[in-house]
Amino acid sequence: MTNKTVLHPKHLEAGAKMVDFHGWEMPINYGSQIEEHHAVRNDAGMFDVSHMTIVDIKGAQAKAYLRYLLANDVDKLKDKGKALYSGMLNEAGGVVDDLIVYFFADDDYRLVVNSATREKDINWLNKVAEGFDIQIIEQPNLAMIAIQGPNAKAKTAELFSDEQKAAVEGMKPFFGVQSGELFIATTGYTGEAGYEVMVPAEQACDFWQKLLDLGIQPCGLGARDTLRLEAGMNLYGQDMDETISPLAANMGWTISWLPEERDFMGRKALEEYNRNGKDKLVGLVMEEKGVLRAGLTVKVEGGEGVITSGTFSPTLGYSIAMARVPSSVRDTAEVEMRKKWVTVRVVKPSFVRNGKKVEH
Amino acid sequence: MSNIPAELRYAASHEWVRPEGNGVYTVGISEHAQELLGDMVFVELPEVGSNVSAGDDVAVAESVKAASDVYAPISGEILAVNEELEDSPELVNSDPYGDGWMFRIKADDESELAELLDAEGYENSIDEE
Repeated sequence: MTNKTVLHPKHLEAGAKMVDFHGWEMPINYGSQIEEHHAVRNDAGMFDVSHMTIVDIKGAQAKAYLRYLLANDVDKLKDKGKALYSGMLNEAGGVVDDLIVYFFADDDYRLVVNSATREKDINWLNKVAEGFDIQIIEQPNLAMIAIQGPNAKAKTAELFSDEQKAAVEGMKPFFGVQSGELFIATTGYTGEAGYEVMVPAEQACDFWQKLLDLGIQPCGLGARDTLRLEAGMNLYGQDMDETISPLAANMGWTISWLPEERDFMGRKALEEYNRNGKDKLVGLVMEEKGVLRAGLTVKVEGGEGVITSGTFSPTLGYSIAMARVPSSVRDTAEVEMRKKWVTVRVVKPSFVRNGKKVEH
Repeated sequence: MSNIPAELRYAASHEWVRPEGNGVYTVGISEHAQELLGDMVFVELPEVGSNVSAGDDVAVAESVKAASDVYAPISGEILAVNEELEDSPELVNSDPYGDGWMFRIKADDESELAELLDAEGYENSIDEE
């Protein structure tokens, strides 16, 4: 069965090319994914991300549960609305999913997890919940629209009530606030400033249309992928999955090792990997013609690896990629491109931030 | 439905061919092909002066999605290539039958043209995909 978001008719109306994305019929582009990409880097673009799964965790032991469920530590969250990015690991230390958790109170949190992994995630949340006094509440009646780019916040704010404007006034990155009927968060997946707005499903088409009327460019999954890759953000299922340690997926920064006495799912396996781990995720840059693509073999000092995500970077004008390689890697790698080996640069996996090239 | 000009000939591998007179033919890829590939990011063209045979992979159209070979629809000598595509590969998307042309070829044997599809034949071949 194909799922459709509540905004599906708006995509068809705009002439979007629709594709199957893990069981959801979603727009890949509305004409040109490169133009959509540039709109986000230079002005403002918007994405229908209503397929993502919103889950509220409530109850007396919500905090204790999340401190056990997640590799990052929700105890860091002290300010109401503050968000945290984390991996949710299995016992073997592989990544069940990556997610954002918003903190409202010690008994009230909101998770946003991937759509492709919805069923698996819900099962996992329930399994780990055994023995905890919490409720897991899905929110399928919320649509979500990400508005991203240097002008995204100012444009979106034109649709806010006075109360909503006041609520987001001075809000730092990675916060979320419920105001009126909207949940407004300063999060995103593009490396630009912007909002992710949750809106009741029955109001979503109207809200989308008003954003469209403000001149905000609708963007599909194609641009979403090139933007997130330029920003060095992982895509679940591609750059990591259940068989991959977060330490081999450039997610070491999301693991809270301290306090040592905090036991969390996957901790023992992670400690073991930390002692013996061999792989890491790096960025690749190829300034000559051609496009690095997922699945290509990479030769580096000490062994071979594989490209997990690769694309043409519209902002930089050449190809970039993420690759999982032996940690003995030096500053170059060899990639087989159309039957010949090409030398590419190895860099930190972050290429563009706030519209500008990241210098390595 | 994509545009398939009636005055052109087509290869099933999505190249179009336009006669320019004196046995010279311009070649590009169809609107349908560029739609399948998506935004073009690089186009690699054959060398001017090289001799190619019908069916040879002579160019590469690399899009955001994939790298795709472009085949010589007829045999002959490459007389010219569209150098504009070096800086503006997107012309293949915006004007596949015009400014997005790829190369010109001097046919060795014009009877090879008879083996190509007409617009209707090409449309049928797309429908069967």
